[in-house]
Amino acid sequence: MSLIEVRDLSREFTIRKRVGVVRRTSVVKRAVHDLSFEIDAGEMVGYIGPNGAGKSTTIKMLTGILVPSGGSAIVAGLEPARQRRELARRIGVVFGQRTSLWWDLPLRDSFELLRRIYRIPDQTFQRNLDDHVALLDLGDLMDTPVRQLSLGQRMRGDIAAALLHDPEILYLDEPTIGLDVISKGRLREFLRALNHERGTTLMLTTHDLQDIEALCDRVIVIDHGTAVFDGPLSSLRLNGDASRTLVVDLVDEAPAISVEGAQVVKVEGPRQWLSFPAGASAAPLVAQVAAAYDVADLSIHEPAIEDVIRTLYGG
Amino acid sequence: MVEVAHAVRAYWLIAALWIRASMAYPLSFWTMTVGGVLITFLDFVAIWLMFSHLDSYGGFTLREIGLLYGVTSISFRLADMLVGSVEKIGQKVRSGDLDAMMTKPVPVLAQLCADRFELRRLGQIAQSVAVFGWAAPIVEWNPQRLAVLAMALVSGVVIYFCVFVAFSTIQFWTTDASEFANAFTYGGNTIMQYPMTIFPLEVVRSLTYLLPLTFVNWYPCLFLLGLHDPFGAPGWFRFASPLAALVLVGVTTLVWRQGLRRYRSTGS
Repeated sequence: MSLIEVRDLSREFTIRKRVGVVRRTSVVKRAVHDLSFEIDAGEMVGYIGPNGAGKSTTIKMLTGILVPSGGSAIVAGLEPARQRRELARRIGVVFGQRTSLWWDLPLRDSFELLRRIYRIPDQTFQRNLDDHVALLDLGDLMDTPVRQLSLGQRMRGDIAAALLHDPEILYLDEPTIGLDVISKGRLREFLRALNHERGTTLMLTTHDLQDIEALCDRVIVIDHGTAVFDGPLSSLRLNGDASRTLVVDLVDEAPAISVEGAQVVKVEGPRQWLSFPAGASAAPLVAQVAAAYDVADLSIHEPAIEDVIRTLYGG
Repeated sequence: MVEVAHAVRAYWLIAALWIRASMAYPLSFWTMTVGGVLITFLDFVAIWLMFSHLDSYGGFTLREIGLLYGVTSISFRLADMLVGSVEKIGQKVRSGDLDAMMTKPVPVLAQLCADRFELRRLGQIAQSVAVFGWAAPIVEWNPQRLAVLAMALVSGVVIYFCVFVAFSTIQFWTTDASEFANAFTYGGNTIMQYPMTIFPLEVVRSLTYLLPLTFVNWYPCLFLLGLHDPFGAPGWFRFASPLAALVLVGVTTLVWRQGLRRYRSTGS
């Protein structure tokens, strides 16, 4: 059995609108509609989609905050809506845009309170504290009230806090939002190590596709409440109308290269851009070009995930 | 019962942390506490001044009113210190803090009530105790009267606790309703500081059968003073504070569950 099993999960919201003085109409909005997927233990899954696609609603149902209006979700063998507090001991949740730490208290106090709330055994607590505090570089910040921490420091504090009780699953909602490039890089490195060394299952929603590139083997794309793509990152690129680009630097300027299986999309002096389907191999193409022209240099550009996803949303 | 024990444990874990945090700045703690005593002292001075023109008000002397004032205020301010934070539900919904609370393995209500626990409110309680202590000698104390007093204080805290929770829960429907809740919590306590004889019968009936605040101090104090209810309420009402508290706990539990259920199906 998978660690997370989602079957035809739905959540409708009734939005009441005022028309006239007393009359009201209600509109049913399907935030999540017949969503199904499974996530196995140890996976790192990117959960992406445009604003309002239903990402947060899904996470809220998987953590038990929201009760589904249809379908089912089983997380770690538990039904989140009914066994919310039991489930809380087995999962960690980090919301990027707000903190679940106590705002006016130093990190040390927050961690200590969590130890008692979760009834974390001393040994586990000490080990996790030592590991995560060192890896997340929180040592000097332990006595600083949370409100005085920078965004990046606070995020690291939040992640350390969410991991104190050894959760099997860590949900991260926009974990790198607002962080600088270096902080982002270090955070990704930490999460990768966490997954490799402890086997923690990661599910993250993000707008930063570099997070996905760096962390996730698998991507679930959601739009209008349903999954429009579920698979490995590599095949996400093949999906849709994505194409790769072969950039050829010729020794001399020449008219547009004509080869089978590719199209010249741009010419700039001796440099030419050839577009070919993402599913096709570049090898025969390179061979053809090299045979027919004097080539100074070659490079292949993968399609940007942004573009791939844009074509998915469009369709 | 196990559920209640869980909630109480979680409550004290969080509250203790806030107490420790506030003690980190002792000077600020004591200034605020003493400030609390002074401000609430003025509260009773207002009633006192009124008596410089009157000998009795609603048939009650100043000391008798002091007794009513003391009993309701001790209960109310204890409840306010213990669970007053619950009135910030709307704010917690808007900030998303409530979601974070729901991903922790302890009851949400306990987390809401214990949030930002303010021990300095003991200052306000001290003032209430002082007023009560000043009024107490007019009662001819005996074991029955002491028992009724103890019952009234415990029930009073529970009743105000329920009023705080039930009216704050309304914020699950309209997140800006915290002022509305204040009308019943702080407003309720202010009304109960006066003898019921100054109010129309309808008000007294409402405060008995709809929102049973009269069981906090009015009926028990009638017994302490050896009086019968001027409105002719049954004599056993004077001992019924725990019953009123129990009924209110039942209603509040339903309201709270309904509120949380609503939140869990709308997420906002």
